[in-house]
Amino acid sequence: MSENTTIAKSTENARHEAALLPPTDVIEDAGGITLYADLPGVPKDKLNLHVEADTLTIEGEVSLDLPEGMEPSHAEVSLPRYRRVFTLSRELDTSKVGAEFKDGVLKLRIPKVEHAQPRRIEIQVG
Amino acid sequence: MYYRSLFPRDLFAEFDRLHRELQSIDPNPSIRGLTRGFPALNVGGTPKAVDIYAFAPGIDPATLDVQLVKGMLTIAGERKAEAVPEKATRHIDERFAGRFQRVVSLPDDVDPNAIEAKYRDGVLRVHILRKQEAQPRRIAIQ
Repeated sequence: MSENTTIAKSTENARHEAALLPPTDVIEDAGGITLYADLPGVPKDKLNLHVEADTLTIEGEVSLDLPEGMEPSHAEVSLPRYRRVFTLSRELDTSKVGAEFKDGVLKLRIPKVEHAQPRRIEIQVG
Repeated sequence: MYYRSLFPRDLFAEFDRLHRELQSIDPNPSIRGLTRGFPALNVGGTPKAVDIYAFAPGIDPATLDVQLVKGMLTIAGERKAEAVPEKATRHIDERFAGRFQRVVSLPDDVDPNAIEAKYRDGVLRVHILRKQEAQPRRIAIQ
């Protein structure tokens, strides 16, 4: 699994909008990969996951309750959206992606295709 | 500036940010900020209240410790790392894990008894009302 820094294949309308890069953990085990991404401030309905061929795009819009007429005095999160694009290995089965999203943390589980799964071969004693 | 900011800032803050960004090697904006800690904070105010937004995803709100002492608001807690199963490999490791604490100094006119904290979608919002006597009042002319 490698990461694209230049966004080439993402949706056209979002292409030029600046976005935050969500911090991510990727853990690989024998059966597949687990990806965690931090997207604080994104409600469930504003999260967009997109798999196209071998490209995984994670996008989210930040939605905060801002009081009317608020004057910002300090901002470390200065953009209202996140975006990150990953290129997935062909070993991964993109038709079986499992996603959970809770408290701003996205958890994706992508299993490996069957022929890439490790198998134990029984040795027959003749 | 091509940024359409969520929290638009003043010009000097923009120059400051530009300067810091030029100094950093990684030009990608990140939730972690450049040298700042976890959680990332946004602070804003209205004539009636002060709002602090702490971007702390994946935390049980019951374990968050929010304290107001002498005008200093402290947000502390711990975020546990995801367990890596045996024989698994961590390829990318960017998310914050461990204990954290951030302190914000509040303006003098806030009311320490009118404080409210809510956790939603991984963001802790602390809403503190300003004191009644600090509110603008219209004085009737006799």
